[in-house]
Amino acid sequence: MEYEDFNDNESLEIFKNSKGNILLTSIDNVINWGRSNSIWPLTFATSCCGIEMMAAGAARHDFARFGIEVYRASPRQADVIVVAGTIVNKMAPVLKRLYDQMADPKYVIAMGACAISGGPFYYNSYSVVKGVDKIIPVDVYIPGCPPRPEALLYGVMQLQRKIQTESISKKSEV
Amino acid sequence: MDHENLKNQILSLIPEAEFRENKQFLEIIVPSAKLNSICKELKNSGNTWFDYLFCLTAIDWNDHFMMVYHLTSTKHNHTLVLKTRVDNHQNPEVDTVSDIWRTAEFHEREVYDLFGIKFNNHPDPRRLFLEDDYGFPLRKDFTDEINMIVR
Amino acid sequence: MADEIVKNIILGEDDDYVINMGPQHPSTHGVLRFEVSLKGETIEKVVPHCGYIHRGIEKMCERDTYPQIIHLTDRMDYLSAHINNEAVCLCVENALEVEVPDRVKYIRTILDELNRIASHQLWWCAMGMDMGALTTFFYGLRDREKILDIFEESFGSRLLHSFNTPGGLMNDIHPDFQKKTKEFIQYFRKKLPEYDQLLSGNVIFQARTKDIGVLSLEDAIQYGITGPSGRASGFACDIRKIQPYSAYPKVSFKEIVYTEGDTFHRYKARIDEMYESMNIIEQLIDNIPEGDHALKMKAVIKLPVGEYYQRAETARGELGVYIVSDGNKTPYRIKFRSPNFSNLFIINKLATGFKIADLVAISGSLDLVIPDIDR
Repeated sequence: MEYEDFNDNESLEIFKNSKGNILLTSIDNVINWGRSNSIWPLTFATSCCGIEMMAAGAARHDFARFGIEVYRASPRQADVIVVAGTIVNKMAPVLKRLYDQMADPKYVIAMGACAISGGPFYYNSYSVVKGVDKIIPVDVYIPGCPPRPEALLYGVMQLQRKIQTESISKKSEV
Repeated sequence: MDHENLKNQILSLIPEAEFRENKQFLEIIVPSAKLNSICKELKNSGNTWFDYLFCLTAIDWNDHFMMVYHLTSTKHNHTLVLKTRVDNHQNPEVDTVSDIWRTAEFHEREVYDLFGIKFNNHPDPRRLFLEDDYGFPLRKDFTDEINMIVR
Repeated sequence: MADEIVKNIILGEDDDYVINMGPQHPSTHGVLRFEVSLKGETIEKVVPHCGYIHRGIEKMCERDTYPQIIHLTDRMDYLSAHINNEAVCLCVENALEVEVPDRVKYIRTILDELNRIASHQLWWCAMGMDMGALTTFFYGLRDREKILDIFEESFGSRLLHSFNTPGGLMNDIHPDFQKKTKEFIQYFRKKLPEYDQLLSGNVIFQARTKDIGVLSLEDAIQYGITGPSGRASGFACDIRKIQPYSAYPKVSFKEIVYTEGDTFHRYKARIDEMYESMNIIEQLIDNIPEGDHALKMKAVIKLPVGEYYQRAETARGELGVYIVSDGNKTPYRIKFRSPNFSNLFIINKLATGFKIADLVAISGSLDLVIPDIDR
């Protein structure tokens, strides 16, 4: 999928329905349906955004109904890593090692201003990594400081749409 | 114990203390060579009994450092600010007080990490937050062109 | 050279088994690393390693003006964000020797106590979850959402408000604030005894927490353990009673002090503090005086030359703000004496001799928030 094709959600649906031959499309559909509706995240919360992530999993904005049923403590069993919070120079090798230990297919959500670009700590700080995409490739960015739980749910829904455009015959470039 | 009484008590225990002006608390400055023995006196003497150290930090004044200790007594409920001057700006050293107040052990590791002030006889002289070969960030002459974007 | 010191300090005897409760762990509530040296299942030594979230806030504040520092202090101990902000504002206001209107003092105190209840709710939910009781996760966060609704209506944000500013508050509170707070107190008074009974009446919880991790009064003063953890050992360190600020001189409440010092009493101290917070709010909520929500301050705030210290009582202990000013609009040096930094390092003394499962119960009862340790 080219970068220019990733416009908005309606065009994503059309794109999904128009590529590939019939047999592979059905298999793709089933596989993508399975992967996107049961994304299990890794428990990784560094600072304040972690509290909003916990609140998103609690009773009011329940996110188990989107398929995020349990949090896995071990990276070998997790599908997505939601980087919630600031990453500093001492923590960066740990994050890279966790990402390497996850099994394919794996996705990354950068939650909060600190994970996107360093956030409020961009200027004048000597130890903050200015954005987690300097270390690992990010799929979805969720802005906010901290983002509301509804924003996290929207971000996860975007990730689900992105997964549904994948195909087993061709590696996605987005 | 009120201000005047406390002042007299301290002068009788520590003749070399100089009083400084401070609107909030009573403030004294002592020579750094005698720091450990003075602190022991302040803690163990019954009339002063400063048993709770609630803040330990250092300030960089460009040609010298100033160590600041905030002490209070749980029995008499009076507070004191104790300061001592560390003159060597390149390789500063001062005595530790961690054998008197146990909380000082960790606050002194933080001061070593951020300022580079070495503490003599400290039980565990390692850095706390940063890597071993990083500089000392809270000094006024610290620059880090790679990591720090200055505005 | 550093390696030799490390070898001597950390490892015990040669046949000890060293495991790493690494920075990414569901029970450490943040990025803290424990290096635990075990003999079988019994703990010989615990060495905490912090610094995985050291953002350099003290250095950043040296280039920010005083109203801008408020936004950074929010992110230190984010569960008592309002109290952190208030401590910096009080330090600046005392240095300039200005007196804020009574309305501001009352509102600040009510928000402090609401924040304390929200923070203790989150602690209760996390402690239960660590010990295996997942029910507390859902109940605790459900009630916390009600408080966050009240905050969101007045401030626009749920967690990190930055509502204080030197001289008062940024805006006035919403007209429905008093009504909603009173409804919440009525609702919560019925629920809190149920929650208390859920854990403290439970035989398994009592067996896991009574006589575990006993902290003596002597150690609490030596190591500077403040907050409910210190008060459960007999150390009467509540700054709201020693040096009251804002509207605390006008309210009467009990200071919760126990003498046993074990994990169960640290738990009990926090539950009882929630009752006292509700009493304080009830005394103040009907009597908020009319007036301005802020003083008129100059556009650029410059503190006179000198040093100023302010103590405040957060949900976890004593916070100290120490500002050294040389007359400019940014501070020369600012130091935050954070309660979690002092509370962390007692863990070796408390956990030695107990089992590895008790380490989780002890660190849950100390209620650590890791970004406050590293600042």
